[in-house]
Amino acid sequence: MIELRGISKRYGAHLAVDSIDLECPQGKTQVLIGTSGCGKSTLLRMMVGLVLPDTGTVLFGEKPLTEQTISEVRQRIGYMIQEGGLFPHLTVRENVGIVPRFLGWQSARTNVRIDELLELTQLSSAMLDRFPRQLSGGQRQRVSLMRALMLDPDVLLLDEPLGDLDPMIRAELQQDLRTIFRELGKTVVLVTHDLAEAGFLADRITLLRGGKIVQQGEFADLLEHPVDDFAARFVQAQRPVFS
Amino acid sequence: MKHILLIGLVLLLLAFVPSGSSPRGIRVGSKQFPESDILGDMLSQIIRSTGEEATHLSVGGTTVVFDALKRGEIDLYPEYTGTLIKEVFSNNPQASQENLEALLAAENICTSQSLGFNNSYALAVRRDTAEQLNLESIEDLAAHPNLRLGFSNEFVDRDDGWKNLRKRYGLTHQDVAGMEHSVAYRQLEAESIDVMDVYTTDAQLAELDLVLLKDNLQYFPRYDAVVLYRSDLESRFPGLVEKISLLEMAISPDEMRKLNAQVASREVSQSQAAAEFLNDKLDIKTQVKDPSVAARIWQRTLEHCDLVRRSLIPAIFAAIPLGIFAAKFPRVGQLVLGAVGVVQTIPALALLVLLIAPVAYFNFSTLGAGSVTAVVALFLYSLLPIVRNTATGLSSIAPEYIESATALGLSSKFRLLHIELPLASPSILAGIKTAGVMNVGFATLGALVGADGYGQPILKGIRLNDTGLIMQGAIPAACLAILLQFFFEYAERWLVPASLRPLASGEVDVSRS
Repeated sequence: MIELRGISKRYGAHLAVDSIDLECPQGKTQVLIGTSGCGKSTLLRMMVGLVLPDTGTVLFGEKPLTEQTISEVRQRIGYMIQEGGLFPHLTVRENVGIVPRFLGWQSARTNVRIDELLELTQLSSAMLDRFPRQLSGGQRQRVSLMRALMLDPDVLLLDEPLGDLDPMIRAELQQDLRTIFRELGKTVVLVTHDLAEAGFLADRITLLRGGKIVQQGEFADLLEHPVDDFAARFVQAQRPVFS
Repeated sequence: MKHILLIGLVLLLLAFVPSGSSPRGIRVGSKQFPESDILGDMLSQIIRSTGEEATHLSVGGTTVVFDALKRGEIDLYPEYTGTLIKEVFSNNPQASQENLEALLAAENICTSQSLGFNNSYALAVRRDTAEQLNLESIEDLAAHPNLRLGFSNEFVDRDDGWKNLRKRYGLTHQDVAGMEHSVAYRQLEAESIDVMDVYTTDAQLAELDLVLLKDNLQYFPRYDAVVLYRSDLESRFPGLVEKISLLEMAISPDEMRKLNAQVASREVSQSQAAAEFLNDKLDIKTQVKDPSVAARIWQRTLEHCDLVRRSLIPAIFAAIPLGIFAAKFPRVGQLVLGAVGVVQTIPALALLVLLIAPVAYFNFSTLGAGSVTAVVALFLYSLLPIVRNTATGLSSIAPEYIESATALGLSSKFRLLHIELPLASPSILAGIKTAGVMNVGFATLGALVGADGYGQPILKGIRLNDTGLIMQGAIPAACLAILLQFFFEYAERWLVPASLRPLASGEVDVSRS
């Protein structure tokens, strides 16, 4: 569904992404994992055109992403970031309804869709008139997910969506996210630095380091057969809860 | 969004409502000092006694008034022959008392005969000094080089002032201080100076019993008071010029001094002093009713609000787009910010005076309540805070909001209107608030070029050394600024999204718990 071919990106002297090829197959959840600064977020942002690669091509459903196609493509992508990126001056209803408003939907159509998404994300309709700052962290992420799913996009891109939540809420949301991904059968690309979260959600996993892919494939493969010393250390760094 | 459009529309309409008070009938000008104002009042009252309407505008300095007469913004005003020769026709070395009439005629201006007094410069000393040192004329000063001289700043610099006076009379005094004219009188009275320059009709001359030194070499030019009027006045109002000529040779130096003293001591109002003189001397009966203080303040308030409204509102509409531009194109934006910043550094008086010519060129009114000069200056001054706050407000929006909006596929126009401007609105409104409060204060300076408003009583109060009169302008101006502040705070509730305002008490902020 989304494919990166020979992508590089340089920020001044720092090579953030170094000739990467990556495929995110239809209906699967691809997790990008690695330490901070490994380039995983940059890759995700390239998929939605927030960052343009110096070299290489981003293919969306076989078509290359260009200035001309980007606005159309963005409506087929749901994008969600840490803290949600909800607009502080808009209520939940207005935040979720911002794209329909931009596209000129009838409000009845928007409301039907909002009701569907409330159910899917298990939010109460009492939340609709609140402002983001009146929500808890978990609620904000659910609203952000609603907004991302509003146009029923083909692809969901999530950048550390649960990064800032406390463990209980995080576990609950991980569970819900997995259910939603399975239920909707979306192509998902998720960035995280949490190995357990990656293992729980991923169909495919890609480990990055210094802008290069270290290893990609099944999660179990990464655990059992790390390709090099770094991959092994990354896996072992996750401290087991029960020994 | 809808209510913002509505407010914008209402404001725009408000900005272009014409000024309430435009001058009616024949417009009499005067310069902003008591004697000129008294003569202006006499002229207005004479005109009214013929049944015509008259408006008296106290305008500013010589150039401003004379140019206003040339353009026809005023119809007549009192002037001095010496001023015409030394200031108005200073580029013409041939200008003299004799050919003045011809020079004025070339500008389509007529002049009356002398009104009867010469308000020239003279040097004055205390009576005790004069008697002890036996001083009678200016040349007697040469024998006493240790006398302390205190001159008005203007007199020190003028060609017909101290510079050439000392050459002509061979004076060698070293102790020469420049000071404000009214301060010089205090210093002379307190014996901290011995000689000062005076105008021969100054009220204080009699009050302090000063001795004028004779100008035997006729160094000082004559400053005969005359009335200048447009040459079309007689055809527009037949018989009026004849009425005005009643003032010719009607006011003796002593009488003028007395009138000045009456107004300075605040025994009677300026218009009453003028009316009494006309009645006693020329048997012209006029009805003078001085408006109450409250009525005057109310009138000034309307005039002041007019200036603020017509400058601040257009400034808002111009500055917000400029601020958006500056935020979106930072390089060119620096130029925009620089330009409006430079305007801010031009001293107010200089800006006002510089603007008179271009405003007059486009045939806009430069005087009174509708003074476009003052409005344009205030407009320019109001730009900076709004442009800067708009630009800063927009460029300090957290990048994640911009990124979210972009990733959602919103167009840049939609993003600006629905995300960026609302997020920047607290900053923009703060800029408008600053501009508004500044504007109310600056508008008082408009009086320097003849605009109406609170500046008029302030300026007049300063000239008459009348604290009460100053307060009549200063206190309402301060109140208006505070009111405007309240108004904007109230407007904030409408314009700034609820969630961007500080939390109301009792409201729970979950995100910070």
